[in-house]
Amino acid sequence: MMAPLLFKVTLFLILLAAAGFIVYMVKQQKAVYTWSYRILLLSFIFHTVYLGQRYYTLGVQPIIGIKAALCFFSWAIVGVYLIFHLKFKLMILGSFIAPFAAFLMIIASAIPEGKVIVEPVFKSLWLTFHVIMSFLGDGMFAVAFIAAIMYLIQERQIKKKRLGSFYTRLPSLETLDKINYYSLMYGFPFLTIGMVIGAIYAQYALGSYWRWDPKEVWSLITWLFYAALLHGRVSMGWRGRRAAIMSIIAFLILLFSFIGASLWLSDYHSFKNLEGGTAV
Amino acid sequence: MITILDIGMNHETAPVELRECIAREPGNSSLALSSMRELPAIREGLFLSTCNRVEALCITEHPQEAQQAVISLISRLGNVPEFDFSSSLFAFEDGEAVRHIFRVASSLDSMVVGEPQILGQIKDAYYDATREKTSGVILNRLLHKAFHVAKRVRTETGVSDAAVSISYAAVELAKKIFYNLEGKKVLLIGAGEMAELAARHLVNQGVSAISVANRTFERAVQVAEIFNGAPVSFEEIMNQLLEVDIVISSTASTEYVILQEQVKGLMRKRRNRPLFFIDIAVPRDVEPRVNDLDNVYLYDIDDLKGVIDVNMAQRQQEAVKAERIVEEEVIKFEKWLKTLAVVPTIVSLKEKAETIRRTEIKKSLSGLGNLSASQLRSLENLTASITEKIIHDPILVLKKKADRPTRDTYIDMMRKLFKLDLDNEETE
Repeated sequence: MMAPLLFKVTLFLILLAAAGFIVYMVKQQKAVYTWSYRILLLSFIFHTVYLGQRYYTLGVQPIIGIKAALCFFSWAIVGVYLIFHLKFKLMILGSFIAPFAAFLMIIASAIPEGKVIVEPVFKSLWLTFHVIMSFLGDGMFAVAFIAAIMYLIQERQIKKKRLGSFYTRLPSLETLDKINYYSLMYGFPFLTIGMVIGAIYAQYALGSYWRWDPKEVWSLITWLFYAALLHGRVSMGWRGRRAAIMSIIAFLILLFSFIGASLWLSDYHSFKNLEGGTAV
Repeated sequence: MITILDIGMNHETAPVELRECIAREPGNSSLALSSMRELPAIREGLFLSTCNRVEALCITEHPQEAQQAVISLISRLGNVPEFDFSSSLFAFEDGEAVRHIFRVASSLDSMVVGEPQILGQIKDAYYDATREKTSGVILNRLLHKAFHVAKRVRTETGVSDAAVSISYAAVELAKKIFYNLEGKKVLLIGAGEMAELAARHLVNQGVSAISVANRTFERAVQVAEIFNGAPVSFEEIMNQLLEVDIVISSTASTEYVILQEQVKGLMRKRRNRPLFFIDIAVPRDVEPRVNDLDNVYLYDIDDLKGVIDVNMAQRQQEAVKAERIVEEEVIKFEKWLKTLAVVPTIVSLKEKAETIRRTEIKKSLSGLGNLSASQLRSLENLTASITEKIIHDPILVLKKKADRPTRDTYIDMMRKLFKLDLDNEETE
């Protein structure tokens, strides 16, 4: 079987890239960065091939089970980072993103692969789009989250007038604030479209758009929170520290609805149910 | 025996009155180079003259004569009697000279360690030397190595990372808040000398508009003129604060000019755009609590001094690392320099072998009858590879001994064994 090998190679490469990015942050040597970036790119390629292979053999989007979902999330984050990199060329961002993506992959690798039963109802293009859109949105929000953490670190140093080693390494406040802003701006439509498609798919597969399932409710809460944050930024001029803290909270809610609600609370949306293949 | 010689004076050895005598004349550099070219004692030469140093770097076989010649050259250029400055001179030879030039290029010998201009100045001096054709094999290599060392020091250490002047530290901070200063607006409140300097730095970074407020409006007009800015009255400050991004305050006022309450009210109207106060007045102009507001940053003179102190200490630490890099490269360069001594022997050994080969081929050809082109080629290849293989090991030994104390013995032995010197005499 190809898939486990591809998964392992991806995991190995992303760990290597994350380690490289951390070394880069400490040592500030450009060569270390260049190689870490290349390795990350390579791991992304393997990751894509892995997901493609899974898609091909399962016939559905490979997010059935929490293992696969985390793995897909990690892929989306790295993908978003690579796209953002083209615009901002911020080397230090990788030192935060790559370890985070690697962390998700480690968790994914620790979860045993359950018996995947593919219900016929999964074999739908709607589901594919629902998943891709939602995860791209989530990936962007992850970048916003990380930029917000970087912002808070940098802001604290400047405010306290203790310009430590992070001060020179981290970019300017305005840059970090912009990254946060753009990630929210671009991430929000993706999440929205993802949720709308999900609702349409639910109507088509389950007969109703909305079923008050805990995951749906939490996703709605997440969406509302991000909507409020974006509204605050665009029309009320929120920025800087407050916006950063808000986007960290919003992302924590997102993580909760992604993992928590799915694992313990959810009815049909749950990974458990999907894994067990019980009635959807 | 070739010697690298570096003679000159810098900010440590000579007072500014002396240095400026020589640095003043713009055409001095090419004049110095052309006179160095005329001097028989000097093989290669380079002349570096900045506001902090005047020095001549030369390659010579007669160090004493060369030194004397350079000193009288400096005396002529600056129109100063030799006696007046001979005590302010330093002179380095060989390894010391190499180390010195590496340190100068890496800005370790500068008044402000890590300042970036010196590398450009050395590059210019080297460019002049190549144009005047006073640089040769050794200087070319030495200078390229110096640039290489400077680059290593810059990228591998933090010697030139951190700002060490108040105004520069302020600019660095502004860049950490705004990233790009292009298009940003600055307000000067009060127009002291230091405020002017900081403003000048900001303008160099691309700040687009400067307005100046002062108690006496006349002075505001004066200073605004320098920066192509707009003078504003003291009463307009609050309105200005809605527009600008950076405020440099330096009034003589004994009370706060800007209060926290005032700034707090502004931020909403500014839609929270960041505002950076640089308060260089003593006593302070801006209420310290302003720093507690979101998106507002306040640095007073002591804060900036604190930043500089940290940076200075950091530079000192990094300088240790830089000295290590310099030392490493000096050793490498000296090794190369020593191989130069064995090069002539190797060349004449190769020449001798080749001459023997050619003569012998010529002799034998007549006895071999008519050879086809391919046979002739084989003969050439055969003889060439035999001679090459025979002298290969001796050459290797010589190269290996190049940086050992026994080098000269080996050179001598080699010349005797292969009769290289006699050979030369015969051909001459």
